[in-house]
Amino acid sequence: MSAGKNDGGNSSGGRAAILGAIRQSLGRPELNNEAKRDLNEHIAKHRANLVPARGKGEHGAQIKQFREMAEAVSCTVEIVPDEAAVPGVVAEYLRANNLPTQITLAPDEWLAGLDWDSQSLLETKSGAAGIDDLVSVTPAFAAVAETGTLVALSGGGHPTTLNFVPDYHVVALRTSQIVGAYEEVWTRLRKANKQGKGFTMPRNINMITGPSRTADIALTIELGAHGPRSLHIVLIDDESAGETSDRTDGETDGEVGQA
Amino acid sequence: MANQSTKTPVNVGLFATCLVDLFRPTVGFAAAQLIENTGCTVHVPEQTCCGQPAYNSGDSRHARQIARAVIEIFEDYDYVVVPSGSCGGMIAVHYPALLADDPDWSRRARALAAKTFELTAFLADVMKIDSLDADYDGTATYHDACAGLRELKVRDQPRELLASVENLQLTEMDETEACCGFGGTFCVKYGEISTDIVSRKTANVVKTGADLLLAGDLGCLLNIAGRLKREGSSVQVRHVAEVLAGMTDQIPAIGETAPEISGKTNGG
Amino acid sequence: MEFMKPGAFKDNARHALADENLRTAMTMLNAGMIPNRQGAVDRLPEFEKLSQQGRELKDHVLGHLDYYLERFERNCTAAGGHVHWCSTPEDARQAVLEICRSVDAKSVTKGKSMIAEEIHLNDFLEKHHIEPVETDLGEYIIQLAEEPPSHIIGPAIHKTKDQVSDLFLKHHAKLGRTERQTEPPAMVNEAREILRQKYFDADVGITGANYLIAETGSSIIVTNEGNGDLTQTLPKIHIVVTSLEKVVPTLEDATTFLRILARSATGQEFSAYTTISTGPRRADDVDGPSEYHVILLDNGRSAMLGSEVQDMLRCIRCGACMNHCPVYQSVGGHTYGTVYVGPMGAVLSPALLGVAETKHLPCASTMCGRCEEVCPVSIPLPRLLRQWREKQFEAGDGPSLERWGLSIWAFFATRPWLYDLGARMAMRGLAYLGRGKGRLSKLWFAGGWTDGRDLPAPEGQTFQERWRRQQRERALS
Repeated sequence: MSAGKNDGGNSSGGRAAILGAIRQSLGRPELNNEAKRDLNEHIAKHRANLVPARGKGEHGAQIKQFREMAEAVSCTVEIVPDEAAVPGVVAEYLRANNLPTQITLAPDEWLAGLDWDSQSLLETKSGAAGIDDLVSVTPAFAAVAETGTLVALSGGGHPTTLNFVPDYHVVALRTSQIVGAYEEVWTRLRKANKQGKGFTMPRNINMITGPSRTADIALTIELGAHGPRSLHIVLIDDESAGETSDRTDGETDGEVGQA
Repeated sequence: MANQSTKTPVNVGLFATCLVDLFRPTVGFAAAQLIENTGCTVHVPEQTCCGQPAYNSGDSRHARQIARAVIEIFEDYDYVVVPSGSCGGMIAVHYPALLADDPDWSRRARALAAKTFELTAFLADVMKIDSLDADYDGTATYHDACAGLRELKVRDQPRELLASVENLQLTEMDETEACCGFGGTFCVKYGEISTDIVSRKTANVVKTGADLLLAGDLGCLLNIAGRLKREGSSVQVRHVAEVLAGMTDQIPAIGETAPEISGKTNGG
Repeated sequence: MEFMKPGAFKDNARHALADENLRTAMTMLNAGMIPNRQGAVDRLPEFEKLSQQGRELKDHVLGHLDYYLERFERNCTAAGGHVHWCSTPEDARQAVLEICRSVDAKSVTKGKSMIAEEIHLNDFLEKHHIEPVETDLGEYIIQLAEEPPSHIIGPAIHKTKDQVSDLFLKHHAKLGRTERQTEPPAMVNEAREILRQKYFDADVGITGANYLIAETGSSIIVTNEGNGDLTQTLPKIHIVVTSLEKVVPTLEDATTFLRILARSATGQEFSAYTTISTGPRRADDVDGPSEYHVILLDNGRSAMLGSEVQDMLRCIRCGACMNHCPVYQSVGGHTYGTVYVGPMGAVLSPALLGVAETKHLPCASTMCGRCEEVCPVSIPLPRLLRQWREKQFEAGDGPSLERWGLSIWAFFATRPWLYDLGARMAMRGLAYLGRGKGRLSKLWFAGGWTDGRDLPAPEGQTFQERWRRQQRERALS
C-alpha cells in the first residue's frame, strides 16, 4: 500500500476547509506547540479511565466470571486440563453436534502444533475461511472476564474470516490469557507488538462476545445472523498444573504509544 | 405537626400556578393549609403565570419579562412554594438560565430559585413533616410528573407523605416515570400524539386497579382525567395536595360533577 | 412507499397513529428496550461515573477536534490507510464513487452506517450502476421495502414479523425461495443464506464507524450480527464512512465509550462484535482488504462547534433517547421525515438541514426530559430543542396565530389585575359550559384537546378571587 498523502478528488481542499472551519468555530488558530505537547502527552500516557470493580477481581474469580459471562451470551465453555486434550474435545464437539469432520485450523504456530493427527477422523486444513467452511478452530489473544469477551488479533496465524464465516467457531483459550478488564488486553497488546517507542496495531482486533445474533425481526433475539451460530470455548487450564504461564505482571505499564 | 414552635414567623409565598388559579382553586387552598399546618404564614400575592408557555415556544423575550415580574413579586418571602413541579422547575431551574446574562437579575433569579420548592418537597424536605391529619379510604396510584421528577427530583417525597394518610393504599403503576403527554402547548398543538401518549398512561393507571390517580401537577391531571373520563373509566383523579390536606370530601374529583360554587371550601 | 418529509410531520403522525402494524411494533419496542437498558445500567454500579467520564472526554475532544483529526489522519496514513476529508455529502459520495471506480466495482456490501444514510449513498451508487447490498438484517429489510430507517440502531424496528414475511416472499421468490417463512429463525436463516454469496462477490465493503482512534488511526464498529466484519474483511477495499466528531484520543478512551454504548443501546453488557480496524491487510495476512479508506464527513458539524448546539456532537448514537421518548413511541421514526429521528434527530436535523425545513421537529416534544435522563453523555436535549424553538421564533417561523396568541397572553400575564379580570370571566364561562358534568367533551377552540379527551371543567371562581374573599372574611370575623 502506498502510505502517504490524502488521495481522492477533493480531499486536500476538503482538509484545509474543514480544519479551517473547525478552528473558526472554536474561535482560535491552530494549537501552538505547547498545547500540542499536552495533548501528545495525553495520548502517549494513554491512561485508563475508570475500570469497573467487576474487572478487578483476583485471577481465579476472573476465570469463573469469564465463564459465566460467556455462557450468559450463549457461548458453550468446556475446561480441559491441558492443551494436549484440545484435538480430542474438538472431535467430540463435532460428534455431539452431528457435524462433518472437516475443520479449518488457524495457521497459528501453537494451535497447529497440537497433535491433530491423534484424531484419525478429523480432516484439518489451514488458512482463511472459504464460503463452505462449517467449522473453524482458532486461538485467541486474550479474553476479558468483565463481559465474557474473547479478543482475537488478525495476522498470519489468525485470518479474520475464521471468526465470521463458519457456522461453528471453536476457540482454544488458555486460562492464563484471561484478564479482568479490556484495558489489560491493551497493555498486553502494547507489549506484545512493541515497536520502537510505540506499538503496531494488527489490521483487526476482534472482540467477540458470544455467537452472532440479531433482534431485527420483531425484536426477537436469534443466533447466527451472519456470523457463527455457535461459539465454543475450549478453556485450557495452563496455570494450576504448573505449566508455563504467559500472564504478565504489572498490567498497567507506562509505555508510550505510537507517535 | 412539625415546626409549630418557630419563633419568628416563616413567610411563605404561595405560587398557586395559573392552572390551579383557573381550574382547581381547591388545590391552592389545600396547599395553603398544608403549609400553614407546618407553622408558616402563607401569602398569596397577586400573580399570573410562570411564563412556561412563552419559554417553551421559543419566545424568550416574553418569558424573561414574566420571570422578572415573578421575581419582583416573590423575592421577599422566606420560601416560595409551588403545587406543581413544572412551574416550580421553571422558577428554580429555568429562571436563572433565562436571566443569566444580566448580573443583577441573574443574582435575584438565583436567590429566588434557592428558596423555591415544589409543595411535597417543601413539606417533606424543608419542614420535615412526618405525620398528617388526613384519611382516604381507597387505593391510589401516583404519576410522577416529568418536571418535578427530573428537574426537582421529586419522587420519594409525595410517597412518604402519602404513607401517613390513614387507610390509603399506594400501588405503583408500570412506567410511572413516563410522560403523560400533556407538555403544555404540545397537548393542543399535537393533540393526536398527545392523546396517544396519555392513552398509554391511562392504560397503566387502569391496570393497577387503583380507584384514585394522584399527581403533583395540574396539567398532567387535567390531561389524564380528561382521557380517563373520555374512556369511561371510573378512576378518580386528584392533585396529591387534596388528599394530603384531607380535602377530598370538599370537592368532586377532577372532571367529575362540578360543585356548588358557594360553599364547602370557604372555611373562613 | 411515499416519501415523508419533515414538513409533513403532522400528517405523517396521523398516518402513523392509524397504522396498526406500526402500533404493534412500537408496543414491542417500548416493552423491551426500556427494561433492557435499565437492567444493564443497574448491573454496572459504575455506569454513571463512566457516563460522566465519557461526557468529559467528548467535550475535551470537541475543544481540540482539529488536533485529534490530524493526529488520526497521520496514524491512519502511517498504517497504510487513506483519509478523505469531505465538507459536503456530495464530496463524500464522489469520494466513495472514485474509490469504487478504481476497482471497477459492480457490487458493494454495506454494514450499517448512519453516515451512509445521511449522504443517501445507496441511491447514488445505484444511479452509477453499482449495486449496494445492505447486510445488516434491519437495513436489508428496509432496503427491500425501499424505506428509510426508522431507528438509528434498529432500522426496521417499525416492521412486524408478518410484514417481514411478506417482504421476504415477495423479493426472495425470484431466488427460488417460494415458501413463506413465518418465524424469525427461518427468516433470519433465509436472509443469511441469500447474503452469504454477496459478501464473497462484493468488490468493496462499506461500513460506518462508532469511533475513530487518534492514537492508532483506527476505526471501530460495534455490531451483533457479524455482517460488518464480513463486509469489511472479504472485499478488496474497505471504505469507512464516518464523521468528524467520532474521533477519540486513545484505545483506553474508546474503551470507556464501549462500556456505555451497548448498555444504553440494547441493554447488552457488550455487543457481540466490537472490531477495531487499522489500515489494510498486512504483508503476512491471508485475508482482509488491500485498501482501507476513511471518508471523513463534515456536513455542518464544524459549524455546530462553539454554537448553542455543540453538545449534540457528543452523541454516540445509542438510540436510548428515542426508545424513551413518548412522542417517538407513539409515531415511530418515519414520521420525522429525516434520517436521524427521535430527540437526537430533532436536535441534529435542524443543524444539518436548516431550521425552516425541520420546523416541526423541535416543537413536537413534550419536553419531558427523559431523553436527557437516559442519554449516556448527558446531552441536554430539551434545552437544545428549546434553542431551536428560539431560533424559529426569532426568525418568525412559527404560525402567526400562535405568535399573536402568545403576545396577547404575555400582555395579560405581565399585568396581574388585567389577567385576574380576564381569568375570572373565562373560567366562569368554562364552568358554565361544563355545568352538571364536571367536564366538557367539545370545545371549538381547543379541538386538539377535546378530540381525544374531555376537558375537566374549572371550579368556577379563580383561586385568587376566592383566597382574597376568604382573607377579607377572616379579617372581619
